[in-house]
Amino acid sequence: MSDPLPQADHRERLLRALLPCAVLALGILAWDMVVRLNDIPPYVLPGPLLVARTLETDWPVLSGSLLVTLITTFQGLALAVIGGVGLAVLFNQSRVLEYALYPYAVILQVTPIVAIAPLLLIYLPQPAAVLACAWIVAFFPVLANTTLGLNSVDHNLINLFELYGASRWQILAHLKLPAALPAMLAGIRIAGGLALIGAVVAEIAAGTAGAGSGLAYRIVEAGYRLNIPRLFAALLLLSVTGIVIFFALSLVSHLVLRRWHESAIARER
Amino acid sequence: MGEPANAVRDARTEADGAPIVALRNVSKTFANGVMALDRLDLAVRPGEFLTLLGPSGCGKSTALRLIAGLGAPSGGTIAWPQDFPRGATGAIGFVFQEPTLMPWATVFANVHLPLRLAGVTANEAQPRVMETLARVGLADFADVYPRELSGGMKMRVSIARALVTQPRLLLMDEPFAALDEITRFRLNDDLLALWHALGKTVVFVTHSVFESVYLSSRIVVMTPRPGRVHAELKIDAPYPRDASFRTSAQYVGLCRLASEALAGAMARAEGGAT
Repeated sequence: MSDPLPQADHRERLLRALLPCAVLALGILAWDMVVRLNDIPPYVLPGPLLVARTLETDWPVLSGSLLVTLITTFQGLALAVIGGVGLAVLFNQSRVLEYALYPYAVILQVTPIVAIAPLLLIYLPQPAAVLACAWIVAFFPVLANTTLGLNSVDHNLINLFELYGASRWQILAHLKLPAALPAMLAGIRIAGGLALIGAVVAEIAAGTAGAGSGLAYRIVEAGYRLNIPRLFAALLLLSVTGIVIFFALSLVSHLVLRRWHESAIARER
Repeated sequence: MGEPANAVRDARTEADGAPIVALRNVSKTFANGVMALDRLDLAVRPGEFLTLLGPSGCGKSTALRLIAGLGAPSGGTIAWPQDFPRGATGAIGFVFQEPTLMPWATVFANVHLPLRLAGVTANEAQPRVMETLARVGLADFADVYPRELSGGMKMRVSIARALVTQPRLLLMDEPFAALDEITRFRLNDDLLALWHALGKTVVFVTHSVFESVYLSSRIVVMTPRPGRVHAELKIDAPYPRDASFRTSAQYVGLCRLASEALAGAMARAEGGAT
């Protein structure tokens, strides 16, 4: 990888990092100006400084809620990975099972989670209901992508394994699962964001009736109390959480695939 | 090429004893109704380099796959000698048209695969894998991933994988068709050297007249749709063969014979179709 233009490459990378930051700075500046120049009261639209200060003063409350949301999200994601990969492997091994169950996985996916959440809240204790929502939205992309990956194995490689008398288990462990890994990881990356959305939706559906204390619950609560600065602060934390989850899962995918998969290898130009 | 020499060679080959595998009246019809093979008779003799030559779609790859046990014939039998049952693990090596390597595994792991599936650990297999890699000239590339290799090197890995179980029969399905000519010639030479050194029986499929004449001790020309044996050619040029054989009058003459046989096979197929 002897790059003849290391400087140009470096400049482009710098630009890619700096441009979004510049847009962010400009946005915050514009937001601040709008609030100041129009004298907008903080219960309608708080300025960025006030939001930052609220984040600091309300940190004891918000950090607790953040932790609750994070735990729910990661539990939902972990169950989605286990359930999605597990079901995909089962479907791959048994046609009958796939034909019998796959339609219901699709139905679970296409029914809006907002519509299912109230029902779940009736039948399950709230933490379990929130977790169930996170799982329902997150597991399908893992299932669909892993299924695709398991089914796209090079046919000649399957022939080769059969030629050498490989057992079903050996074909699964040494051929199908490694071959499905890139698609599986792509599914998990999508599932990470969706698990957060599922958790938030369920908490909002629980609303003030719930005994929850996640970030979404704080948002609903702050809205009712017209504590708009705190609403913004909680919203900010949710966004940051989503971004961190996305980048963390991208990093995992990159580390796992970097030695062999084209998606993780820098293209030489 | 003197006719008497031909006859002597024929007699010797026939006397080489029982075939290592014999296809008798083998037919293969696919689920979509296409008849790939129609009553094919073919005996593979121990130690020979047999090439199935024919146009695309003449069922030569199908025949090779049936020999490998990838799919069952619709009719006829495939007979194996008692001391060499097909089911014996690693009895057959197969090289596909593409290298067919696992991209997530190193060269070492790819070559280790057939042994690993038979329960041999990497440590136990280490000497054999490294020896086989050395045979194909890739001893220094054991820890490299396939994507870092050229097309020719990938094919060498594929050949090493087929050889690592020390099979008696090596089946090769147009292995060099996708390579450039320079690489192809190199691999042709290396394959002949390996065949000579290891004493395997090779069944090689190609649609290249020139490749088939250069490599083979015997060529079977097949007709397309459905595949049947049209003609058989003994290539009695002595081994080792090298670049000088490629430019010799004998080579050119044999290529002409093979080309005529191939043209005849295609004419027969077209005649049969109308």
